[in-house]
Parts: sequence; structure tokens; C-alpha cells
Amino acid sequence: MITVESLTKTYGGFTAVDGVTFTARAGRVTGFLGPNGAGKSTTMRIMVGLTPATSGTAHIDGRRFAELPNPGLEVGVLLDASAQHAGRTGREILTIAQRTMGLPARRVDELLDLVSLTPEEAGRRVRNYSLGMRQRLGIATALLGDPEVLILDEPANGLDPAGIRWMRDLLRGYADQGGTVLLSSHLLHEIEVIADDLVVIGQGRIVAQGTKAELLAAAGTLVRTPDVSTLARALMDADVEFGHAADALRVEADPDLVGRIALAAGVALTELRAADGAGLEEMFLELTSDTQRDTQRDATSEGAAA
Amino acid sequence: MTTLTLEHEHEHEREQAPVRVERAAPAPIPMSRIVAVEARKSFDTRSGFWLLASIAITAVIATAAVILWAPDDELTYASFGAAVGFPMAVILPMIAILSVTSEWSQRSGLTSFTLVPHRGRVVTAKAVVAVGIAVASMVLAFAIGAVGNLVGTTIAGTDVVWDMGLDDFLYIVGANVLGLLMGFMLGVLIRNSAGAIVAYFVYSLVLPSLSEVLAASQSWWGDLRPWVDFNYTQSFLFEGGFTGEQWANLAVSGGLWLVVPLTIGLWAVLRSEVK
Repeated sequence: MITVESLTKTYGGFTAVDGVTFTARAGRVTGFLGPNGAGKSTTMRIMVGLTPATSGTAHIDGRRFAELPNPGLEVGVLLDASAQHAGRTGREILTIAQRTMGLPARRVDELLDLVSLTPEEAGRRVRNYSLGMRQRLGIATALLGDPEVLILDEPANGLDPAGIRWMRDLLRGYADQGGTVLLSSHLLHEIEVIADDLVVIGQGRIVAQGTKAELLAAAGTLVRTPDVSTLARALMDADVEFGHAADALRVEADPDLVGRIALAAGVALTELRAADGAGLEEMFLELTSDTQRDTQRDATSEGAAA
Repeated sequence: MTTLTLEHEHEHEREQAPVRVERAAPAPIPMSRIVAVEARKSFDTRSGFWLLASIAITAVIATAAVILWAPDDELTYASFGAAVGFPMAVILPMIAILSVTSEWSQRSGLTSFTLVPHRGRVVTAKAVVAVGIAVASMVLAFAIGAVGNLVGTTIAGTDVVWDMGLDDFLYIVGANVLGLLMGFMLGVLIRNSAGAIVAYFVYSLVLPSLSEVLAASQSWWGDLRPWVDFNYTQSFLFEGGFTGEQWANLAVSGGLWLVVPLTIGLWAVLRSEVK
């Protein structure tokens, strides 16, 4: 379990991480979602002691990272797959980690096998690796000590679709065995297919967090009917906010309430469901709009309460 | 039917609950292991390997040069010792610098300092390895020089002269270890390969001549020099024999040039952000 409390990091006058509090629970995959520069990597670096926090704490199973006697056996970390000595071979990088952790040498071969790096590829210097290969090597390093906690910064970067699928299954299996998985991404689609819980960060602040199901519910209801105008009037009467999608309405209420309103108005529905990915995507864009570099500031959209 | 449902529910419960067993807390990483890993890291790259290989290679070249070009009456062990010692003074500090700076320049520190989250231990292990390499290199180089002395005198038909004692050897080793530690200090302080190497050459090649010029024209500097010019004070080590005052000179100038900046550098390493 990872517990982050009131974590703040300032650089001069700039606040990169601003009072971040969240918990990544055991047995679950927690997605750490936010646009570029939102403070995800800084938060993760603080967790593993590479960056000192200005204030606040980050604990792993109740202990600071520096208190772990042999961190590689308890926490698997992948922050930047390219941060390796370019002149070492992939196998050598794993061997160094294996020796530091005090593991048997066969672990190196087991992990190379697990991440599908061939012996020939493992013998190549990392300078000649593609980003996808580096990412696989980084994941192998993180998993080497069979840790119970994984902290992965943008692990899907550079992986091909098959690789992403492979990683998703791997992390799913890890969490199902009781492991704690925290992975960051700036891509919603990447994370929503795997995460159980979501922590959304924008401009250094947590803007939303909860289980994926909760956040999906909060994203509203999609309702489709041939008689859009009648339903729209009924919703207006009921004081429920909604927006128009192509031949449907996206309503900011749960499906139960929308169904009742439709029944009362005598409108036949062709579809009624919680707004899924598309809704979450909208939420993500909205929640992080303040931090987006390319926002059209046509509305003073207030980021949702943290 | 009922049993089946129950069983199914049980299975479901088990799926929800974490099944990992509590594991015993791992033993802390012993210092010896960190030193062994750092030793491995110093020659597992092409550049690291050739840097170490160059110690033996340059020692052989220097020895061969003495045999080929030195006058017969200078074919003594001291000549060979001086010849093989010279490249060491350049290569050893480079090894020390790169062992530290590559963690930042190559960014491998991201892994090193998360596997061992006590940076002081990693840096100490690097220092131990660097000094170990220095001592081993000197032994190897002087052994090559000794072979050269035997071969050279045999070819020239002169008597073999062993005009260098153990204490001479220890002084030279000491001087080279200090040079290496200067490189190590600059690596820790600057944490950038190119920057630290340039700084080392400014320190070891530019500053001595400036100091020399200044001492020639300003008598106050001439008096002060042994106390503040670390290079100058160290040079006596190569010449063997140290008086009590020279030891004091070495301690004071070493404190100024080595201990103080190293302390500042270590403080910065422990506090800095590894990106």
C-alpha cells in the first residue's frame, strides 16, 4: 500500500506538487492520471526518495522509502526507461540490479524471458534499444525482486499495441495476487482499461479521485431516444443539467433518475446507460483544462473541487 | 445446486482478498555487496573497460619507451617507475570522476539510488573502489616496470639497479591516491562528466603554472604556497621523503582543496534531486 499525505514540492515560487493526498491500495491497480507537467513524475520521484519533498509524507506499507532495508525486494520502480548507462547491455543492467538485491543469477534469465527480450537483444547495448525495448527492460528491473508494490511512470510509453496488452495483463495479474500497482499516464484510454482506482492530477493538485466506477458514474448518463425534444423539456423541468450529443443527451444525473424522468414524461428510450469512456474523457479534459497548454479559454471553467 | 453457489461465492471472495502471504522483512544490503557492485560497474561498459585496460597498456608503452630511448646508464628501476607512474596520474583521476558523474550524466542514478536509497553508501562504495583500483593499478604498473628493468638491462648488458625502495613506492602510491581523490571530489562536486574533467585539468595543469609564476614574482605567495597549493605540496611526495612541516603543509592544503569541497559536494549529493 502506498500512502501519500499532503505532499508538496515547490521550486522557488513554482509549486509542482500541491498538497497531494491519496492512497494506492493493495490488490488494486491505481491509475495516476494527468496532463504533461501536472506533477505525476515529481510525486513519484518523491515517493522513492529521489526528490526531497518540501512538506508532507509518502509511505510504502507504513515506512518511508529510505527506511526499506532492501527496497528492490519490496518496491519495483520504473521512472524513466531511458535513464540507463547507454554503454551497458540489457543483461548487464539486470545483473547489476540482481546483485544489488542479492538475488540468484537465474532471476535475470527468468525476467528477460518474462518481458520477452531474446538473449540476442539482451546482449545488445542499451544505446541500440528502441524505446519499447527499454521499457521492457525497465519493467524487468522493476519486477526482478518480486516486489509487492510497483511504481511505474508512463510504462506504456513506446510499447506497441501488443506490448500494451501484455503489460496490462501482467499488471492485472500482479494486482490480483494482492500487489499494489501505481501507474501514471497522460493518456486516459491507456489507463481506464486497466485501473481499478483513479487519481487525477492537474497543476500539481488532485482534481478527482475514486474508483473507476465512481468516477464513471459521476460522468453522468447517456440517454438515447427518438423524441429528444420531449425528454429535454422534461429534464429541464426536473432541473437536471444535460448536454446534447448527436442523437442523444448526456445527463448529469445517474441512470436511475433519468429513467424515472423519461417514464414520467412518457418518452420511449432506445438506450440508457452510464456514460463510459467518452464521459470520463470529457471529465478528464474538463478537470485538467486549467493546465492544458492548448485550451481555448472561451469559458471560465472552474476545475471541479479537489 | 446450493453447494455449487456457495462454492462459487467462496471463490469470488478469495479473488477479492489479497492472497499474498506476509513476507519476512528482507535483510539490509551489506556494504560489501554495494562495493562489489560498484566495482563491477567500473568496467562493465566499453569506456570503463578501456579506461582500466589503458592503465596496463600505457604502463607497457612507457616501459618500452624507456628501454628504447633511455641512455644505458639511466636504465634503473627509478626511471621505469617514473615512466609508468606518469600516465597513472592522468588516468586514475578520470576513472574516479567518471564513476561518480556517470550516475548523473548517464542518469543511471535513477536506478542506483532507488535500489540503495542511501546515497552516502553508494558514494562511499565508489570511493573504496576507486582507491582500490588506484592501488592495484600502481602495483601492476610497477610490476610491469620491474619486468622492463630486467629486460632492458639484459638487452643493454648493464647491471640491474633497484634504486627504489618500498617507501618510495608508498609515497608515489599516496600521491596518486590523492590525485584520484581530487578527481573524485570534483566528480561529486560538479556531477557532470565534461565539467569535472575540465575542472581537473585546470586544477592539475593550469593552476600549478600560475602558482609558479606568482611565486617567482611575489615573495609572500612563495612563503604561503606550501600551505595552500595542494599540487605543489603533493609534488614532494613523488620525490620521496617528507619532513614534519611538509606533512603539516599537506594536511592544511589537502583540507583546503580536498576535504572542504568534498564535504560541500557530499552535502549537495545527499540533498539534490536525481532526475
